[in-house]
Amino acid sequence: MELNILSLATQLAILIVVLAALHQPLGHYLAITFTSHRHLAVERGLYRLSGIDRQADQHWKVYLRSLLAFSVVSILVLFLAQLLQGVLPFNEGLDTVDPWVAMNTAVSFVTNTNWQTYAPETTLGFGIQMMLLAVQNFLSAAVGLAVVAALIRGLVRAQTNNLGNFWVDLTRGTLRVLLPMAIVGAVVLVVTGVIQNWGGTGIHTLATGAQQTVPGGPVASQEAIKLLGTNGGGYFNANSAHPFENPTAFSSLFEVFLILVIPFSLPAMYGRMVGDKRQGYTVLTVMVAFWLISTSLMAWAIAAFSGSGTSVGEGFEQRLGVAPSALFATATTLTSTGAVNVAHDSLPPLAGGLAMLNMMLGEIAPGGVGSGLYGMLVLAVVAVFIGGLMVGRTPEFLGKKIGAPQMKLVALYILVTPTLVLLGTAITVATPALAAAAPAEGPHGFSEILYAFTSTANNNGSAFGGITSSGPGMATLLALAMLLGRFLPIALVLALAGSLAKQRKIPATTGTLATHGPLFAVLLGGISLILTALTYFPALALGPAAEGLLK
Amino acid sequence: MNAYGRQLLTALRFLICATLLLGLAYPVLVFGLGQLAAPAQANGSIITSGGQAVGSSLLAQPVAGAGWFHPRPSAVGWDPATSSASNLGPNQAALVEAIAKNRAEVAAREKVAPAEVPIDAVTASGSGLDPDISPAYAALQVARVAAANGLSEAAVKELVAQNTSTGVNAFLGQPSVNTTTLNAALKAAQKSAAGLRE
Repeated sequence: MELNILSLATQLAILIVVLAALHQPLGHYLAITFTSHRHLAVERGLYRLSGIDRQADQHWKVYLRSLLAFSVVSILVLFLAQLLQGVLPFNEGLDTVDPWVAMNTAVSFVTNTNWQTYAPETTLGFGIQMMLLAVQNFLSAAVGLAVVAALIRGLVRAQTNNLGNFWVDLTRGTLRVLLPMAIVGAVVLVVTGVIQNWGGTGIHTLATGAQQTVPGGPVASQEAIKLLGTNGGGYFNANSAHPFENPTAFSSLFEVFLILVIPFSLPAMYGRMVGDKRQGYTVLTVMVAFWLISTSLMAWAIAAFSGSGTSVGEGFEQRLGVAPSALFATATTLTSTGAVNVAHDSLPPLAGGLAMLNMMLGEIAPGGVGSGLYGMLVLAVVAVFIGGLMVGRTPEFLGKKIGAPQMKLVALYILVTPTLVLLGTAITVATPALAAAAPAEGPHGFSEILYAFTSTANNNGSAFGGITSSGPGMATLLALAMLLGRFLPIALVLALAGSLAKQRKIPATTGTLATHGPLFAVLLGGISLILTALTYFPALALGPAAEGLLK
Repeated sequence: MNAYGRQLLTALRFLICATLLLGLAYPVLVFGLGQLAAPAQANGSIITSGGQAVGSSLLAQPVAGAGWFHPRPSAVGWDPATSSASNLGPNQAALVEAIAKNRAEVAAREKVAPAEVPIDAVTASGSGLDPDISPAYAALQVARVAAANGLSEAAVKELVAQNTSTGVNAFLGQPSVNTTTLNAALKAAQKSAAGLRE
């Protein structure tokens, strides 16, 4: 199959125009959502039923404790529900889930990773998928929004210990942002051919004489939030390559739009919340630059492999085409989505390596819902710090001093994910019983393991699918990578927000390093690349780069 | 109860409320809207032949015998009870062997040189259920299918053209031939040809 450059350029142009038109209005709406003092009637009802004090303004530690309490309860409920599937409604005849798989899946969906160590068709009925997994698709994304809202409040507020109310942020992100968008998105998906029904339509005797059971289920409702919330857990094993999740090239483009629309609108929210739109535009520029460069490189890596070796075809859908897959593979790994419309394991070596590199960047361009922007803002703090050292002044970010306490938190944040990825990969490779999970010979086996830990520690969820991660060893290691990769950075971000909120605002002077404009954008982009990507260069050299040189 | 216990209880109550709203009301609402906006698609794009449902136009179907257009290879045997790619790496020996074997089979079946077999004919799709093939692979199969069905090559080519994607999807993706709808059309053509002979 050939990559059609004209079609790729057209799709990029359509996305740019639509996202450019939407990011300011949506960003404005998001800013209102997280700053308004009004509560909707349905929200007040929800607070009353849950016993939530909506007026409480929480210290960062209380905010974090609420977030962790919610996540722990979610993991336990999801884990137990899978064990009890046999007696729960809508199980479609499927029985209890293997406990290791259930544990891994519970962690995976609550951490917004959606790594799937199970084949949904033979493991989970639509009851669990619809009433537990899809619910976490909303809530785990709303947790990301809540954390970034709290971090921005830390920058905006002065001389306070409080960052807002986790429950109110969680509720508003879900009800005011994700739910209405998911309803619209789901209906559009149904029109393109994504199914929304309550089970298989029976056995059909085909024109060719063979028999086939057409599967069913509430797929469109799950598909829409799977993409909008940058979750990525497919209703079917083949994810967005499955014809019932992604029927046409047009639906594929629409799905990429759903992945990108909220993350690319968050910088506008940030700009409005800090009262300086230029701050948002600067961050947005860096994100867009990474996205366009990465998409171009992905297209090149795939096009260059066409006609050589095993060529381009294995794992691709003829129905969708090559350009939609290049676009999708980039968007899904630059965000924390992890949905796939092409089998990443069979991508040309350098294209698979690029998918890894996108995740290793820390998923900041534009990144997951909420997590992308807080990741980028942490890097902005580093940029301010280094810029401050260069000009010999105390670094300040939006009127807040960046001193040793802040830099300690930021340094820890930056170390968490690479540590998890490299340590997890090293432990697995060094333990023959674990390494057997990736039976592929040569550097490709290493790539499969590296990809698994990169994906889980960054809460992405896509996979080089040749790996088997359902055994106790791999299921536990990957679950740990997901848990620590999600909640350690969140804890550090909230601590940073708390330490910023406490300070008084310092007025900007002529000597203050401006955190907007082209100079800072270049500094921020450069630091993102140096800090994150270079950490992984030796590992990438052993995996996809070595493989790319084989043929 | 201490602060931690209270938070856990709040979390559980919140999760239950959210589940009713997001896990029940939302999918039911989308179901209702889907049945209003596009019932055929929401129910699986089922195609019929002579009033009988003969599968979904979006799913590949297994074929046997010389009279049908073959879909692409599948890692799951074209059975939608599951879906999967081969997940073989681009340089893996198993993939190189599978492609060589598929290429030899297709070349022998269509009586062409192995070099003439297009890549989609020898590689498994990501889902294992992709019903589409390239126009080149369809063209390769026309002579065999026409002979086996007692139809003229021109008539079969016409059916292929009718089942080739056009418009937005062909431009955004690539022009493709849907083997499922094509084989259903072929079945209808066989019936009418048989009717004429009687």
